Amino acid sequence: MTFGTSRRSTTCEGVLGETPPAIRTVGLNLWYGDFQALKDVEIEVPRGSITGMIGPSGCGKSTLLRCVTRIVERVGGVRTTGGLQVLGHDIYAPDVELVQLRKRVGMVFQRPNPLPLSIRNNVLFGHAIHTTSVRGAKAERQQLLESALREVMLWDKVKDRLDARAIDLSLEEQQKLCIARLLPVKPSILLMDEPCSALDPDGTAAIEQLIWSLRGEYTILIVTHNMAQARRATEQCAFMLGGTVVEYSKTETMFASPAAKRTADYIEGRYG
Amino acid sequence: MRSTTQTQAPDARGVAWYLDKAMAYLVFGAGVSAILLIVGIFVFITKEGVGFVWDTVDLGQFFGSPAWRPTSDTPQYGALALIAGTASVTGLAMLIAVPFSLGAAIYIAEFAGGTQREALKILIELLAAIPSVVWGFIGLSVLNPLIIEWFDVPVGLGILNAGVILGLMAAPIMTTIAEDALRAVPDGYREAAEAMGATRWQVTWRVVLPGAKNGLTAAILLGVGRGFGETMAVLMASGHAVQLPDGVFDSVRALTATIAAELGETAVGSDHYQALFTLGILLFVVTFAINLTADLVVRGISNKD
Repeated sequence: MTFGTSRRSTTCEGVLGETPPAIRTVGLNLWYGDFQALKDVEIEVPRGSITGMIGPSGCGKSTLLRCVTRIVERVGGVRTTGGLQVLGHDIYAPDVELVQLRKRVGMVFQRPNPLPLSIRNNVLFGHAIHTTSVRGAKAERQQLLESALREVMLWDKVKDRLDARAIDLSLEEQQKLCIARLLPVKPSILLMDEPCSALDPDGTAAIEQLIWSLRGEYTILIVTHNMAQARRATEQCAFMLGGTVVEYSKTETMFASPAAKRTADYIEGRYG
Repeated sequence: MRSTTQTQAPDARGVAWYLDKAMAYLVFGAGVSAILLIVGIFVFITKEGVGFVWDTVDLGQFFGSPAWRPTSDTPQYGALALIAGTASVTGLAMLIAVPFSLGAAIYIAEFAGGTQREALKILIELLAAIPSVVWGFIGLSVLNPLIIEWFDVPVGLGILNAGVILGLMAAPIMTTIAEDALRAVPDGYREAAEAMGATRWQVTWRVVLPGAKNGLTAAILLGVGRGFGETMAVLMASGHAVQLPDGVFDSVRALTATIAAELGETAVGSDHYQALFTLGILLFVVTFAINLTADLVVRGISNKD
């Protein structure tokens, strides 16, 4: 199996019978003002699996993640060159609608950030903003609500207080809710930016278990600072340093016999 | 080797200690004096007006009669027309100011970018600094002829004129407070909603406005309080005629304007003098209630989160 280092033809999405990867970057560079945060990143994320990104703070892994949904552009002064294809479509093409992109690519943030709404309206928020139909389908909404909350193993806990404020939940439950609210619009890709870093060990275990259960159904790209988490919860792993992808391989390979010395040093905790 | 650790008595007090004490008393004094002043003003107004409320006036007449004839041979002290004047002008002002100021606040906080936002904020603060007599002047000399021309009415001074002027006066301060309330909504909410594909307006309407609800309510209430208390511009633009208005072109007289216009002509301690202070008590109580409500509404946010 080949990963980002492979140089397959960049037009492979046109080849019959081959589905394009979930995410592919082609020579992606990104600057915040004068600071170059991503340097010539080439990476290919296969569909339906869990891909981890590790590396010390400031190595560009979160930036790369935020590129995939173009939320990185929220701060001013961002300049990008190179290509980034999501499900075979160049998301930097001029005719790309961010609303459509973000419907297919959901994002979970470092700190749980439920909206200041009820649990119900949090889960149905994405559905509400992407549905133009009449307000009628109440049963459908209820069904979406229940299945999303069931999928993140939260339904039994909150089913009696769906109209309570979401920010009153525990951090772990909030983070589950933040995952649940992505599901009703049926995204293909879930991006997770250190989703467990605000949680205690029990919460971390619960979220990891949840992420693992979502594997296959969604392509998951997860940034983590936690080596143990990268090791147990991902199938392939990219190690980034100074804005470049140093190594990208199967997780077990990377942790058993890393190809680059810098990777080995980082994994063993000599820096970062 | 020179000793660097001079042994000091355990109770040694340096300059810093005395300065700290002195500043503590000074700041305490400043803080207490503000409270004492407010209480003093309230006591003064009450003392001047309360005798009138107990002895002379019939409260039924005060609140029920539109006849304000303090200088007549048989003086009448009905404040209903004045209350109606203040209420109608303030009401119209809020109808104008609320949409404008909320719209401006939303634009500045959610849509405008860096330099544009800063420029607009400075402009709005400049607007808030225009003296009220200047606004009254604009009402008299600009709006008055315009209203006469556009609506074909004999006099342009009335509820419409004063309401528009007061609305324009209240809008900047309301905009500033509303904008603060919107900016206080954590950016993580916006980011989360945007990452789900919400448009800027969807983020504003579904996330930011509900999140800033309390602050926006406080902004509106403070605007109402401002409208109630405004004197000079209303005096100049409202026409100052004591009557229960029938329509927006009718001239009215506000509570504040009545006090401003008549207090200088009354004998200290006379019934008329006391009656004006009673109007003052009424204004004080109403604005106090409005400000207190605004304060409690804002506090409601911090209690919940």
